Amino acid sequence: MRCFGCLCCYNNITNWNEYQFLAEESVALRTLFDKLWDGHEVRDDGDGASLVAIDRVFLHERTGGVALKSLLASNRAPVDPSRVYSVMDHIVSFAPDRARDDARSPGGEVFITQTREMATKAGVNIIDTDDPRQGIIHVVAPELGLVLPGMSIVCPDSHTCSLGALGALAVGVGTGDVEHAMATGVLRLKKPAQMRIVVEGELKPGVTAKDVALHIIAKFGADGGRLRAIEFAGSTIRNFDIEARLTLCNMAVEFAAFTALIAPDEKTLAYVRSRPNETFAEYWDKCLTDWARLHSDEGAVFEEEIAIDAADIEVMATWGTSPEQAAPVSWRIPVRDELHGAQTAKANAAFSYMGVVDGEDFDTLRINGAFIGSCTNGRLSDLRLAAAVLKGRKVADHVHAVCVPGSKAVKAAAEAEGLDKIFTEAGFVWGSPGCAMCFYAGGETFAPGARIISSTNRNFEGRQGPSVRTHLASPSTVAASAIAGRIVAADPAILKVVNS
Amino acid sequence: MSVVRTSFVRHEGVAAPLLRDNIDTDQIIPSREMKKVDSSGLGEGLFAGWRYRSPQDRAPNPDFILNKPVYDGATILLSGANFGCGSSREHAVWALREYGFRCVIAVSFGSIFQGNCARNGILPIALKREEIEEIARHVEADPAAHHVNIDLKNERVELTGQSADYSFSVDPYDKRLLLHGADPIDLTLQNKPVIDSYLSEDRQNRPWIYV
Ligand code: SF4
Repeated sequence: MRCFGCLCCYNNITNWNEYQFLAEESVALRTLFDKLWDGHEVRDDGDGASLVAIDRVFLHERTGGVALKSLLASNRAPVDPSRVYSVMDHIVSFAPDRARDDARSPGGEVFITQTREMATKAGVNIIDTDDPRQGIIHVVAPELGLVLPGMSIVCPDSHTCSLGALGALAVGVGTGDVEHAMATGVLRLKKPAQMRIVVEGELKPGVTAKDVALHIIAKFGADGGRLRAIEFAGSTIRNFDIEARLTLCNMAVEFAAFTALIAPDEKTLAYVRSRPNETFAEYWDKCLTDWARLHSDEGAVFEEEIAIDAADIEVMATWGTSPEQAAPVSWRIPVRDELHGAQTAKANAAFSYMGVVDGEDFDTLRINGAFIGSCTNGRLSDLRLAAAVLKGRKVADHVHAVCVPGSKAVKAAAEAEGLDKIFTEAGFVWGSPGCAMCFYAGGETFAPGARIISSTNRNFEGRQGPSVRTHLASPSTVAASAIAGRIVAADPAILKVVNS
Repeated sequence: MSVVRTSFVRHEGVAAPLLRDNIDTDQIIPSREMKKVDSSGLGEGLFAGWRYRSPQDRAPNPDFILNKPVYDGATILLSGANFGCGSSREHAVWALREYGFRCVIAVSFGSIFQGNCARNGILPIALKREEIEEIARHVEADPAAHHVNIDLKNERVELTGQSADYSFSVDPYDKRLLLHGADPIDLTLQNKPVIDSYLSEDRQNRPWIYV
């Protein structure tokens, strides 16, 4: 055999074709993100940016209405209105008996009515307040089967990264960007660097996807994702159901990720297949063939890799005003000596805003309110978890507790199981779906200075209202804390029953 | 956008120093000032928390820099590190533009804010802290006369009545948008044939996307 000087012999390869095959493979090793990017790249602009095809545009009334208005004012129309969906979630009232245009902030009706008007004019799909499909966009979109593996999605909302849980390229963008995407079908994006976070092993009892997210952010910092596209992988992630994956990916933006991704697997396929959206059903076989390539090739290179042992993760809560200021609930708030450099200045400001003392135990923190809901933890599995803790018990007298299911479908499914009874009998308000108390938009909220345990994703100053102090945690921790009136973790024995 | 685009080649104007770090988008335009479903009508809400004594009566706070008569008609803002960090709201850029700003010179910027600037007619310039402090000192000596001149083509900042100048660099795409007052949607649509052919091929390959 002729020698090509190719070191085939080192690799025990005696067949040239096979060698070629390998050579081609080694240059063509692609990550999941690369594959999604390549598949949607319409044109490389040659300056680090590309025109990327956008398969779906999701809008909500807080920022989407402006984009539609501006688009129409420039005498333009969406390239394909059937691929644009507009929902009402941010400003809608969460009162149990809300009317169609009721807003939760004074003067907020205009966002609902104008977004409806603009969406109608533009001819895009509307999921209106009185639609049985209504809910928070990041809850509704997967639930309705509007998100499929391999899709590219933009939405003028930073938690769009949630949708990467299904193996879609989902990016939160500015208002001008969605207008651009609607008008042209593409968006000009700079390809980000990539990171893989591999979580291996079995989680301790009671530890949820939310705790995994807070653990990662606390360990590597709120800017640890450094605007990279992050793929979550490993056995722990594979063991998560789709709702847990959505929770984890939702928190990626709090880690400064460009976006988050999880490779689709059998669970993803089963989830997608069971959605009410039948439009892709006739192409199912084609879909399966296409989606089979949606994984990172063995040996594909990430700019950064992080390995996490699931056994190290505890039930977490935040104590400060950044999601990185988090610690295991069974431990305590850090003492000043444990902090370094820039951390110290940030922590000092957080201690004073939050009214906590360094070194204090979580279970000495008396809470005034509890909130379960949001695009992070407002899905059926979250409500089941909280209900298991609440069943037959009552929230502490001094706690104002509110549960707002993430969508009407979640609400209906929960009610069919009798979960609403468990919540209301425990003393929770059972609200109408929307973002609700996740962010302050004016109007009803907790009292200034109130300490709240919340299943949401942001604990910035004023996020839930002027001077309101937010502690982020999982739904089971929120439920257990609401009962105790202090910040405590749920009894893992109770949770075990739900999980099995 | 409904923003009126004008080309930005050279610009000379009054510069107002607001030399704090981490001015976030909520400080630039507080959430309560975003009352309308519109990209206009936001100039009045710019820096509302600092500019007015109270959000209701709108009495100007005389201590706030933009309320001082010498900074009337300021078109350039000088600031510290991480300007425009926080929530991604594009309203922050719209408010600055409507107030009359054409340029923000800061030590660094929030990345989304920076990305929103050029398409809305604002030039973000990053300079060293010492350089910004030097410019601020010069301006403060006589704000109405000591203008700042920006030469985008050559990427230089000059000071009226001073020989010192400062060079900066700007993203080439942003530069193009600003120099020509171009609309990014129009620029993208120049590639319409490529986009169309991608779409028709993709319709064949992934028909389930187009339903
Ligand atoms: S629930 Fe909260 S984080 Fe999620 S989209 Fe609504 S406001 Fe944003």
